[in-house]
Amino acid sequence: MEGALPPLPFQANSPRSIYGKMKQGTGYGVEFCGASLEARPSGALWWAARDMLVVSDLHLGKSERMARLGGAVLPPYETLETLERLEADLEATGARVVVCLGDSFDDAAAARGLPEDVVTRLMRMQAGRDWVWIEGNHDPGPVSLGGAHLAEMEVGPLVLRHIAEDGAQGEVSGHYHPKVRIAGASRRCFLVDDRRLILPAYGTYTGGLRSRDPALAGLMGPRALAILTGPVARAMPMPR
Amino acid sequence: MFPPVLPSTFTDWFASRGWQVHPHQAEMLGRATEPSLLLIAPTGGGKTLAGFLPTLVELSEGGHEGLHTLYVSPLKALASDIRRNLSTPIDEMGLPIRVEDRTGDTPSSRKRRQRADPPHILLTTPESLALMTSYEDAARTFKGLKRIVVDEIHALADSKRGDQLWLAMARLQRLCPDLRRVGLSATVEDPAAIAHLLAKHPDPCPILQADPGPDPDIRMLETEEQPPWSGGGGSYAIPAILDQVKRHRTTLIFHNTRAQAEIFFHNLWLANEDGLPIGIHHGSLDRTQRERVEQAMVQGRLRAVVCTGSLDLGIDWGDVDLVIQVGAPKNVKRLVQRIGRANHRYNAPSKALLVPANRFEVVECVAALEAVQDHDLDGDPRGPGPRDVLCQHILATACAGPFDEAEVFAEVKTVGAYASLSRAQFDECLEYCATGGYALRAYDRWQRLMQDDQGRWHLRDPRAAQLIRMNLGTIVDTDKVKVRMRFGGGRPLGEIEESFAAQLERGDTFLIGGRIVKYEGLKETAVEVTRSAATKPKIATFAGTKFATSTQLSQRILRMFQQESWPELPRHTAEWLGLQREISALPQPGRLLVESFPFDGREQLCLYGFAGRNAMQTLGLILTKRMEEMGLDPLGFVASDYALLIWGLEAVTDPVPLLSPAALHDGLERWLAGNAVMKRTFRNAAHVAQLLQRNAPQARKTGRQATFSSDILYDTLLKYDPDHLLMEITREEAMRGLVDFGRIEEMLGRVEGRIDVMRLDRVTPLAAPLFLEVGKVPVDGMGRERLVAEEAERLMAEAGLT
Repeated sequence: MEGALPPLPFQANSPRSIYGKMKQGTGYGVEFCGASLEARPSGALWWAARDMLVVSDLHLGKSERMARLGGAVLPPYETLETLERLEADLEATGARVVVCLGDSFDDAAAARGLPEDVVTRLMRMQAGRDWVWIEGNHDPGPVSLGGAHLAEMEVGPLVLRHIAEDGAQGEVSGHYHPKVRIAGASRRCFLVDDRRLILPAYGTYTGGLRSRDPALAGLMGPRALAILTGPVARAMPMPR
Repeated sequence: MFPPVLPSTFTDWFASRGWQVHPHQAEMLGRATEPSLLLIAPTGGGKTLAGFLPTLVELSEGGHEGLHTLYVSPLKALASDIRRNLSTPIDEMGLPIRVEDRTGDTPSSRKRRQRADPPHILLTTPESLALMTSYEDAARTFKGLKRIVVDEIHALADSKRGDQLWLAMARLQRLCPDLRRVGLSATVEDPAAIAHLLAKHPDPCPILQADPGPDPDIRMLETEEQPPWSGGGGSYAIPAILDQVKRHRTTLIFHNTRAQAEIFFHNLWLANEDGLPIGIHHGSLDRTQRERVEQAMVQGRLRAVVCTGSLDLGIDWGDVDLVIQVGAPKNVKRLVQRIGRANHRYNAPSKALLVPANRFEVVECVAALEAVQDHDLDGDPRGPGPRDVLCQHILATACAGPFDEAEVFAEVKTVGAYASLSRAQFDECLEYCATGGYALRAYDRWQRLMQDDQGRWHLRDPRAAQLIRMNLGTIVDTDKVKVRMRFGGGRPLGEIEESFAAQLERGDTFLIGGRIVKYEGLKETAVEVTRSAATKPKIATFAGTKFATSTQLSQRILRMFQQESWPELPRHTAEWLGLQREISALPQPGRLLVESFPFDGREQLCLYGFAGRNAMQTLGLILTKRMEEMGLDPLGFVASDYALLIWGLEAVTDPVPLLSPAALHDGLERWLAGNAVMKRTFRNAAHVAQLLQRNAPQARKTGRQATFSSDILYDTLLKYDPDHLLMEITREEAMRGLVDFGRIEEMLGRVEGRIDVMRLDRVTPLAAPLFLEVGKVPVDGMGRERLVAEEAERLMAEAGLT
């Protein structure tokens, strides 16, 4: 079958919940360029065969940067919130390798200015794991935190980088913060076709770009899927 | 010093026009030295002239340097209208007076010039005034200011725009201690409440009551066509309305929402076989379009204007001799003020026609007519001034220069609306402005304001002033996007809501400015459209202004329902009520009627609580939460003043346990936390207090949107800092207005468990209008999740991907 996207849905449990606070359910399995991946409901990508968790666009320190630049003073809790979700993903998957696909910090100064407790928390998460910071456009330089710093990274059939490149094959990237609107709800989403996979933004204070936007529609093939984050990860044809 | 008799220049001029000075105009002149004075006069009573006469007389002697009188009105259009009206007497009497207006539409070069070299009389809006007081040179601009005239003060009295104005007035009073305040109000139920807002607290404010004039000639429009069972547009009445337009010189046709005005105008135009010149005017239209209509009105070239609240206030649009209100008026006071639009002649009755849009509204219109006859105006007292507006005021104060906190606090305490503000409450606002007010903040870079050695507060970054000024204002509408034509130079047509724009697919059609256009795509931040030949548009869901039906009116309706028959109602409506009684039941005082039926592919639950829109909305939040917990998969709800309609995937056959008072009380705090109404309230407060700033010097759009939803901020604060000032403000606002839990309790007390449950197989006559209510609140729970799953599966199957 052209497009080679036989989706392998993991068994969906049915999280009963009170509204406003739903338990995270299960992920959505994707065969991508020879790798069996799971798009997690949180927006993280899990590659079980490599024990690898990939997240993109954490934008840690966003509220600090806004305040520093004289803009609005947003509640300074988003970094904590983002890390808490990341911890939950690490615990659920038991990942040994973590790759942050760029724009992990809102800018270099935000990375330097992380409060003590955040740094400690990050270090605790890094302990016993291989941790890779891929460079993004917001945080180009290496930072003083642990872990390796790479422009991009090849792993088996896949290449991991921040921004999608023309003609790439087996590429996993972030940067665009894709989202879709469906049945009256707006959801961050993964986009995937037979050559490319784009991750949603993982950071708490991050906006999104509709998949219809030409910037995204032009990147993805005609049979691309959108995999929605939310209580359960679900696939739909990418709206365009 | 100011003789109650006019100088001869004035009496001569009045005489040359064959005019007489009304008693209240003379009295305003006689009492011109009062530090504050409130005039209550009916529309058409020469209110505005009464406000300006003392200014004109004082300035006629010449020799005044700089600004003398500030005139503030709630509408931009009013400011330019008054400028036109003032220029006639000034020119004809040859008075040495310069008059200018200043609104958001004034070019920035002229605004700058006005600050350096202000005219004698400046006509402006609360927003523009707040902006002017935020400049470093405010003291120079306002030097010599003697009077401030607040026109249509009743329209500002119950809004945050008013609160912003009272605060700016306190600032002005400090700059100009001799400033005298004048308020001009239409007929209201509680003049003392408005006087309290106008005066410098705790000074008294005398109230001057003009002769209210004769009762208006107001009735319901009789049509051959019957009003529909449901629907909001009133298009059934178009032939009858056209007939009325033909028989009058100029007719104003009011609608309650912009969307309805658009649809009505479209249909009216299709039926306008004689090609009568008819225009449309509402707040979402592009300014040049609006101005064209305004100008044509003034020149008497239009026979009718279809409009919304944007034409509500005392603009003198020439020879209006008939006002038609389409849709129920919702509020008797507002109706009376609207009617005053017709016949701007003193002591002539205004003529108005009510056109109920559907049969429920027939009942409401009849109830409203009775209330007008009984002079039974409605209104609820407003609580103390909201603190989000105070936060904005503190930031604006900082823009004007360093300030002393004790001085600013003392100044704020002279504002009637903030008279009960405690120092601790003020300090919280200052703390919020200075540091964001977060439990965790620790760094210099979180300081928006900083204290110098003398303890005076400054902006940490002076460049922030520009951003703060750009975001002054208290009108937080839903986000709007501009609509422009794709070809022909991208002519702007107006604005639509962002959420509506988001739903549009290429090729969709919608109405704007009375024409049908086709959606082509988003370019930068504007919606691009082309002309469309379609005759049936997808409807534009502009929110417009939604009025809440007053308690008095609701009670009148409930009483009317109890009659055996309804001779005062048109036969069709009486029959309809009879049908409801036959199929289901009519709501009764002391009982609660609940209907359950399938409709529109969903299970519907309809409760006739008659507790007012806000309380019914709160009930909706509590009930959907309970339903979610019980696995009934609610999808959303909508509240009207009379009823609450909940739709979902499962039928509710036994609502009694849902409605037990114990169950409703249980977890009040819990549901309050995570619901959509609270988030909406928070969003508003966050924008007013400038936690979120919507306007930036230049749109910084990259490939990725920089904005994110205020809901995320709300969730974050709720989790990490639930006692934050903005959360407190949100709770205060919600309790006073949007939540109104007290009225739910009152309703439950009235009902005492007497609940009548009707399970039916289809929509009932009385429930039908609810399906057209705007302001539907989605419930994001398992029901929504089921829909997302189904829709995703359907799309996958359609694409052959399963």
